[in-house]
Amino acid sequence: MTQNAENVLDHFDLFRQPEYKEMLKNKKEKFEDPHPEAEVEKIREWTKTPEYQEKNFAREALTVNPAKACQPLGAVFAAVGFEGTIPFVHGSQGCVAYYRSHFSRHFKEPSSCVSSSMTEDAAVFGGLNNMVDGLANTYSLYEPKMISVSTTCMAEVIGDDLNAFIKNAKEKGSVPQEFDVPFAHTPAFVGSHITGYDNVMKGIFEHFWDGKAGTTEKLERKPNDSINFIGGFDGYTVGNLREIKRIFDVMGVEYTILGDNSDVWDTPTDGEFRMYDGGTTLEEAAESLHAKATISMQEYCTEKTLPFIKGHGQEVASFNHPVGVSATDKFLMEVSRLTGKEIPEELAKERGRLVDAIGDSSAHIHGKKFAIYGDPDLCLGLAGFLLELGAEPTHILATNGSKGWAKKVQELLDSSPYGANCHVYAGKDLWHMRSLLFTEPVDFLIGNTYGKYLERDTGTPLIRIGFPVFDRHHHHRRPVWGYQGGMNVLITILDKIFDEIDQNTNVPAKSDFSFDIIR
Amino acid sequence: MSLATAEKLEDIKARNKELVDEVLEAYPAKAKKKRAKHLNQFDEGKPDCGVKSNVKSIPGVMTIRGCAYAGSKGVVWGPIKDMIHISHGPVGCGQYSWAARRNYYIGTTGIDTFVTMQFTSDFQEKDIVFGGDKKLAKIMDEIQELFPLNKGITVQSECPIGLIGDDIEAVSKSKSKEYDGKTIVPVRCEGFRGVSQSLGHHIANDAVRDWVFDKAGDKPAKFESTPYDVAIIGDYNIGGDAWSSRILLEEMGLRVIAQWSGDGSIAELEATPKAKLNVLHCYRSMNYISRHMEEKFGIPWVEYNFFGPSKIAESLRKIASHFDDKIKEGAERVIAKYQALMDDVIAKYRPRLEGKKVMLFVGGLRPRHVIGAYEDLGMEVVGTGYEFGHNDDYQRTTHYVKDGTLIYDDVTGYEFEKFVEKIEPDLVGSGIKEKYVFQKMGVPFRQMHSWDYSGPYHGYDGFAIFARDMDMAINAPVWKLAQTPWKN
Repeated sequence: MTQNAENVLDHFDLFRQPEYKEMLKNKKEKFEDPHPEAEVEKIREWTKTPEYQEKNFAREALTVNPAKACQPLGAVFAAVGFEGTIPFVHGSQGCVAYYRSHFSRHFKEPSSCVSSSMTEDAAVFGGLNNMVDGLANTYSLYEPKMISVSTTCMAEVIGDDLNAFIKNAKEKGSVPQEFDVPFAHTPAFVGSHITGYDNVMKGIFEHFWDGKAGTTEKLERKPNDSINFIGGFDGYTVGNLREIKRIFDVMGVEYTILGDNSDVWDTPTDGEFRMYDGGTTLEEAAESLHAKATISMQEYCTEKTLPFIKGHGQEVASFNHPVGVSATDKFLMEVSRLTGKEIPEELAKERGRLVDAIGDSSAHIHGKKFAIYGDPDLCLGLAGFLLELGAEPTHILATNGSKGWAKKVQELLDSSPYGANCHVYAGKDLWHMRSLLFTEPVDFLIGNTYGKYLERDTGTPLIRIGFPVFDRHHHHRRPVWGYQGGMNVLITILDKIFDEIDQNTNVPAKSDFSFDIIR
Repeated sequence: MSLATAEKLEDIKARNKELVDEVLEAYPAKAKKKRAKHLNQFDEGKPDCGVKSNVKSIPGVMTIRGCAYAGSKGVVWGPIKDMIHISHGPVGCGQYSWAARRNYYIGTTGIDTFVTMQFTSDFQEKDIVFGGDKKLAKIMDEIQELFPLNKGITVQSECPIGLIGDDIEAVSKSKSKEYDGKTIVPVRCEGFRGVSQSLGHHIANDAVRDWVFDKAGDKPAKFESTPYDVAIIGDYNIGGDAWSSRILLEEMGLRVIAQWSGDGSIAELEATPKAKLNVLHCYRSMNYISRHMEEKFGIPWVEYNFFGPSKIAESLRKIASHFDDKIKEGAERVIAKYQALMDDVIAKYRPRLEGKKVMLFVGGLRPRHVIGAYEDLGMEVVGTGYEFGHNDDYQRTTHYVKDGTLIYDDVTGYEFEKFVEKIEPDLVGSGIKEKYVFQKMGVPFRQMHSWDYSGPYHGYDGFAIFARDMDMAINAPVWKLAQTPWKN
């Protein structure tokens, strides 16, 4: 017995003690009917081969460790960006428990969302009663300013009609007639979480601009000088949106952030739980019709929303999650063009500081090979930054990337000599990535928390940039957009590079001649 | 100092009643009537806790519950380490439950064990329209090709499967035949079935009965039976719980032939009918298969509780009572062996925790099971409730709770928040969805599903960690900073 009160051992140390090792060895040998160790080893080695990769890439039906989630998750992400808004998900209730847990694990924040809790009877008769009672209960209990309705795959398969159901619920007095209940159908078997984000954003503007589902007059656009900004689905939304606001303020731009969830996912601990905090006001959501232009920071998160906005007479511009110097330049110059505001010296200085930092550290990054996976726009942003650093992106993978996305990535790669040896993988998963990391090894992997399994299996050091990040804290509070955001990404990458160098040079009398204190 | 001496029992009861009435005021009439049946307090001498349970959650109220898929894939089947569990349907369910429950296991992931992997059929629109059976068959072929050491496959149905009329049983049978009788288990755990995770547990248990036991038939076990063979049922090895439990059973002279399902394997499932006794930790999620084994194989089962020294000692003796003197002496020896450690832990932590009030809201066993462990540390549970308990859970709860304990079944976000606001416990123990809500309020919190990434909490070794963690939560200096000094 090694446990003791003075130095309590938890799972990190407890199970490495001899009595547990012995117990587990015994369990395996006597009761698990294990494969012979040689056999396990043989298969393990085989999975590293090009032959295995070929079989792996020949998969047509099975998905293993995908880097994407389903539409309704993005729906919730979008909805909580509006003031006093509670997302209401029509369908099975377990889904909502999952979205809430998923977001809380990433942001370390409460995530409020309700379900219409449909069960077998609703599967047979439809979920109208669930909608009628559900809206009434949500309205009474949580006193929202708006309820944003989306769906789970169950409600989609049985074909519930949100528009009709919400009208019906209003007639039955669940919520006042004039109360805002925008809606979007978000089937989980189409697209991914970024599609759900897109559908809900579009649904909300459709609601406010186009006569609230036929209940009021359509708004008439009276153009003004402000611009709208849409961030897209983004694990760094807290740090990023605040940075964007700061940049716009510095430039003197009149703007509205559409779907601003930077406060609701970063509330203070001060004795009070705020279910709602900050967010785009409903008035702003409606008024945003009159803006001169709308900028989307992530093209693939707004594939429907942006054309919809354009159709209402606004100029639109989209970016691919800009990271680093050139991408931020392009973004700022576009903002400047659209608003007529000059880019102030303050930002030019920030740019110079980022260039300075890159210059200081370039030698440590230059020529290093990287694999990247994540959402389509994030991959593009990171790939662009790596090219700028003189690093060599080698594998770029987005499970929810389209053929069009792959083409776009290829164009980016073709624009730089550093992109010459890179391959793009749309619709592939992290088990494909595992093969690639064995057959064409790289120096570093950039991805979300799930990448740690790839780090373990292939020995490729993981740099955590993406969504979700469960096993590191508070990264979402720091921006990755703007020059300062680029600085954060640079520092994150460098830290890992230096940690790796130190870990590889710390053996006394063997490798520690390179264990330098100045790098 | 116990709460009962601080406040008179009748005052507590009056306050609880008032509190329940107040909370119910926020609901529309229909919902109020329904929720009233789920909120009460325990009256000494009553056979249950005076609440209805295991009925549908009402829509739109922020229930904390999950679904049948979560109960089957997430809880019961997912930890079986050498089988591959396909999340069959759209991508989300498998993604959100991927490696989230901390079911520890030993094995080479991706080669001979697969617990922390996400296998999904990633349904697209065409699969909904044309059905997913062909795709499922192909997935099984691809699994055989790429993961040759898998010992079996389960199909964990997501919502659409039952709605589009797929025949996963037929696919499973034909593929099993094609692969020389490989165990392939279709599980009808669509999320819309039932009212919570609970039906998923039951469906998963029945799937073991129909597709593992019936198939294994009289296949001889790989080992010689002994009179001391037991199986651990209903321990999911969260943070290593089953390991810190197993070690005690082995130390008292028993032989653990299977673990269900944390760090479990198909061989262990198949061998379980050879057990002389099934020891059941999570009654809620695995009483079904225990009852089946009792009926079919004549294996008795006994519930036990490995939280805190009082309950552990009681449980060791209860388990030993099913065996001869050798084991009874073994139980006493184990209790004595750990006595010094327990004394040390209590001497160190009890003074720091004495009199602290706890409110719990957890899954299917912990709302009652952990009460003894808190009491061993001088703490008091003043409110508890189940996400997906049934009436028999609330009956069992009466043996644990004190007179006047607030009881809330399938509590809603609104109710829980209000209860905590009014009762002002020193600690709340619930899940990830609740954690940050209460921490914002400045209330110390421990996740009692995942052990807040710590653990194990089961067994004697686990109790030391439990005590350390509760102290860490309650006495962390940060909570003193929550109030803004110039505002008060």
